[in-house]
Amino acid sequence: MRTNLKIAWRNLWRNKRRTLITVASIFFGVLLSAYMTSMQEGSYEKMVDMVVKYYSGAMQVHHENYWESKSINDTFEESQDLNQLILANEEVDFVIPRLESFALASSEELTKGVMVVGTVPEPENRLTSLKNNVRQGSYLSDNDQGLLIGEGLADYLRLGINDTLVMISQGYHGISAAGKYPVRGIIKHASPELNKMIVYMELKNCQEFFSANNRLTSLVVNIKDNNELEKSLRKLRETLNSPYSIMSWQEMSPEMVQQIESDRAGGIIMKAVLYIVIGFGILGTIMMMIAERRREFGVMIAIGMQRYKLATILFYETLFIGMIGALSGLLISIPLLSFQAQNPIPLTGQAALVMEDYGFEPYMFFSTEPSVFWHQALTVFLITLVIALYPIFSANRMKLINALHA
Amino acid sequence: MGTHNHQTIQPHNHTAMTIIEIKELFKTYNDSEVEVHAVNGVDLNIEEGEFTAIVGPSGSGKTTLLNMLGGLDQPTSGNIRIDDTDLGKLKSSQLIDFRMKNIGFVFQSYNLIPVLTAKENVEFVMHLQGRPKKEREARTMQLLEAVGLKGREDSRPSKLSGGQQQRVAVARALASKPKFVLADEPTANLDSKSTENLLNIMEELNKQEKITFIFSTHDQRVVNKAHRVITLEDGKIISDNRKK
Ligand SMILES: Nc1ncnc2c1ncn2[C@@H]1O[C@H](COP(=O)(O)OP(=O)(O)OP(=O)(O)O)[C@@H](O)[C@H]1O
Ligand SMILES: [Mg+2]
Repeated sequence: MRTNLKIAWRNLWRNKRRTLITVASIFFGVLLSAYMTSMQEGSYEKMVDMVVKYYSGAMQVHHENYWESKSINDTFEESQDLNQLILANEEVDFVIPRLESFALASSEELTKGVMVVGTVPEPENRLTSLKNNVRQGSYLSDNDQGLLIGEGLADYLRLGINDTLVMISQGYHGISAAGKYPVRGIIKHASPELNKMIVYMELKNCQEFFSANNRLTSLVVNIKDNNELEKSLRKLRETLNSPYSIMSWQEMSPEMVQQIESDRAGGIIMKAVLYIVIGFGILGTIMMMIAERRREFGVMIAIGMQRYKLATILFYETLFIGMIGALSGLLISIPLLSFQAQNPIPLTGQAALVMEDYGFEPYMFFSTEPSVFWHQALTVFLITLVIALYPIFSANRMKLINALHA
Repeated sequence: MGTHNHQTIQPHNHTAMTIIEIKELFKTYNDSEVEVHAVNGVDLNIEEGEFTAIVGPSGSGKTTLLNMLGGLDQPTSGNIRIDDTDLGKLKSSQLIDFRMKNIGFVFQSYNLIPVLTAKENVEFVMHLQGRPKKEREARTMQLLEAVGLKGREDSRPSKLSGGQQQRVAVARALASKPKFVLADEPTANLDSKSTENLLNIMEELNKQEKITFIFSTHDQRVVNKAHRVITLEDGKIISDNRKK
């Protein structure tokens, strides 16, 4: 075993240049695909964050008809019992009651459709960190009669702090809703799309505006650990009965989930092509190594080495090449991508505009999820395992007498 | 009657016992248009401790015979018995184990394992045999000293001369304490001084360790050293002379 490892290791360096070239091809392959994966996953994380962290939360409880109708009539009564029932789940961290609907908002000369979110300031901030995004004025306080509006909306309506915004809409059961409110604060919402249309109000204030006293469109359920999402969703689904229904963020944003999936699949195909090319490179090296050493193998078998032991040496050699390549690739890509994750690449020009159009920040984000890295290591390992079959077959097939004559 | 006395099978009118018994051995190549009878009916016994040369013109079948004797190649027909083992009855992996335990090889072009040092090359088969480290090292040192390579234990083959490499190869062949050593033209690539040196070493080891040597050669000086000379021609033994 030790001797076999020693022989394998020394064999690698008999043709230093060839080994290094092969190792370099794996190194660059790992680096490239780690970089690509990191960038992809980084953008997905950002997309998901945009939805989950800055807006929807992990799960929401609605009236069972609400998701279809999106109507303020399909709301439910705020209830401590319901809150208790949900909070009794150990995975659940906290909840945010919300009342959401649409309204027409006007300043002195301009009007725009807006999305009104009535919420409780403290837990809302806990999920979305809205307070940090306040650019002018202040965040909402309890019982606040004022509004927190998106920066884009403020710009469009040319509103400043303490200016008045007039809103009209349709309230609960068709009651007309109208009111005028002072602008308490202006926020830069993380989602550029919401930034142009969002109006936050204190929940009570909002319920009054829509004549929907004590009613909620949604109860945002936040969990302690995102990996527990499936489990806690399953449990909550069992406990909650009609008229409630609970949805995960994936169910609320199926297009996004699908977009991520198909984009990820595209990336996998590209990486597969890359790795296949690298795989054939390694195979070529291994085949050459074997062809050159046929006589040596013949001698080893002649003096009494079993073929499987010979195959073991060749297997180690293949594995070493893969391991050196993968490890050096990881050694560089981990710090590089950690740096990139801290310093996303800003996009400029057309690309930036497109991103903003789609509601994203104009940056290339990078992920440093462990899977970004260990998937590369695993892939290289599997490739080497497959390639290592070749020397195993050839060690078993080799005609001894021909090998000795080689 | 008929008490089972196995000793009666052994030749009692010889001082040494037969370790190799070859019967009606044929090897025919017919991969070209003409059939080549490389070994054409050889019957031969080799006794323990012999120092035997196989000679004959080029193409007479020396290599072919030695390869079959070493279990490296299969005869077309006939039978090779080594002690109680019929080589033809062994499976490929058993044959490898058999070689590991019983046969030492010296090749014309040395054929050391290039990535291993002289010492590691000598130890190699003992490793395969699973001998303990202490024993391996003691035997390796003893043999390297015997072949005059003390001080060169840690040199790789590429740093050794042909003669030195071949001496390492002889040490390697002996390390496993084989029943016999096969050497196909061991001196063909050596100058006359190295040849003499190697022959003396082989003869000395043959005497000291009682190891049977069978080697083929074209070199008259090598032939002169042999205790028994078997001459092949066209795959047949045409003479078999014992000197001592
Ligand atoms: N693999 C093979 N295929 C076909 N013919 C072969 C093969 N190996 C050997 N022969 C033939 O068998 C005959 C005996 O060859 P062998 O190598 O045993 O001779 P040799 O006595 O060792 O010769 P030399 O002294 O040149 O080494 C030769 O005619 C040779 O051409
Ligand atoms: Mg020959």
